[in-house]
Formats: sequence, structure tokens, C-alpha cells
Amino acid sequence: MKPGHGEILLAEGDVEAPEQERELIEAFRRELDAGMWAAVPTEAHDGRRRAELVKTFADVPRDAERVIFFPRAAGGAPRTAR
Amino acid sequence: MLLALGTAALVLVVLLWELARSSVLGAGARAWSAFDQWRRREPATIGFDPGRERRAEQRARELLRSCVEHREWAMYRDLGFIRVWGGLGERAHAAGASYAYLIYPHRPIVAYVPQTGALLNEYCVAFPDHTRPYGSARLPDADDVLAKWMALNADERRLIEVANMHLPGRQVDPERVRRDLARLTRWERELGDASAADIVRAA
Repeated sequence: MKPGHGEILLAEGDVEAPEQERELIEAFRRELDAGMWAAVPTEAHDGRRRAELVKTFADVPRDAERVIFFPRAAGGAPRTAR
Repeated sequence: MLLALGTAALVLVVLLWELARSSVLGAGARAWSAFDQWRRREPATIGFDPGRERRAEQRARELLRSCVEHREWAMYRDLGFIRVWGGLGERAHAAGASYAYLIYPHRPIVAYVPQTGALLNEYCVAFPDHTRPYGSARLPDADDVLAKWMALNADERRLIEVANMHLPGRQVDPERVRRDLARLTRWERELGDASAADIVRAA
């Protein structure tokens, strides 16, 4: 997720292919170094959907279809007007 | 004498031209190429694109739809917010949890008691672009909701610790929240909820 743009595809590939996995790892590190959070959407056997925050590429489940990067959360600016 | 000087000057000019010709012609070609590129530039890069934000929001809604529960997507589509059950209480992550959150786009997360409708707190949280700290654009509405949903789902305690906590009414009108809870109750009733405990009673 990129402010002002929405969803942008950063990289795609097969983790079973070493060259593609290397590219995915580089893209993963680049985003985390830029201060993004990484989340993996998951779906349980009962169909329940959840999300998991991951800090390293090794934490990403091998069968994950995608990793979503979004800006790190910060306390919102106080505002008195409604 | 004059003839000799004139001839020498002419020879000098020809020699200088021969020396500088390649670089002069190269610079001219580069200048023409740059002018040609400027003349042929894409119109989209010239000015403001009024459809960009709308397209970004459409993409964000598709992403949200693909990540959250079907019921939660329908809730956002119909009501404009998502209810997430609190996970830190004694009855966590389920209908009938001791507290829940309402996630609004670009507004604080509102915590409340589902059994009574009492408002607990506002958690003000934002997702700023850290690569452009000054005047950066914000996430599309649906992306903001999804970011809050993922953070609450994955690490509720961390998100709450990061957020600025305020008493109810600081930014979100309590009357509006009560109306939204009433809308949510009606909506779930019309939807035909599987579990009676899943229905939120509005204050």
C-alpha cells in the first residue's frame, strides 16, 4: 500500500526458484528498511480470515500467496474539530 | 600584406572549425533530441490526474475484499466501517467478546462494550509515509481500514500501544457512533445472523 496510490506490485516470484526467491528477499528487506510493516493474510481451515505481521522473510509461510506492506503505524495527530 | 593576413585568418578559422566541428554537431544533436522528447512527452505526466485517487480507492477496495471476512467486507460496503472483536479480554476474538472496535477510514478506532454499547476509548492511529515525512499523501480509505484491520488482527496490543488514546468524543462524535451501532444492529438482523450473540445492542 502506498499513500496516494493504493496497491502497487513490488515483486512476484516462486520461492522454490532460488533466483526468484533471492529477488523476493531483497524486495522484502527493502520495504522493511524503508520502515514498512509486512503482513500476510491467512485463511484458516474453517474459512476464518486473519492476518499475521512478519519481521523476517523466514517468518513468511512458504505457501503464502502474498505479503502486504503498509506504512508503520504511528499515533495520530490530535485534532479537536469533529 | 593585407592579403597575407586575410589568408592566414581564413586558414585559422577553417582549422578551428575542423577541430570543433564534431563537438558542436554533437551538442546540436543532443539539444534537438531533448527538444523532441519534450515535444512528444506523455500528456499524463503534464498535469493533475483527477481519476488517480478514484482508481486507487477501487484497487484498495478489491484488496480489502480479498483479505477480510466476507461479512466484514459487506459491513464496510454497506455501513462504511468494520467491527472487530477485541482479543485481549476474557472472551477473545468472538461474538460476545467483552469489547470490540469500530474501524473507520481515517478516523480513530473506537472501542466499545458490545453488550451495553458503552463507548470506552478512541485510539488515534495513522499510517504516514515515512519516506516522505512532509506533506505526504494518505492511504486510500479502504487501505487505511485494511491496515488497521491487519494490525489489530495480528498484534492488537502493539497497535494499541502505538496509538494515541483519548476519551470518547475527542474526534468521533459519540452520537454518530451510537447511530452506527444501531445501524449495525439493524444490518445484522436483516442479514440473518447465525448467532444471536453476534448482534450488537446499541445504547
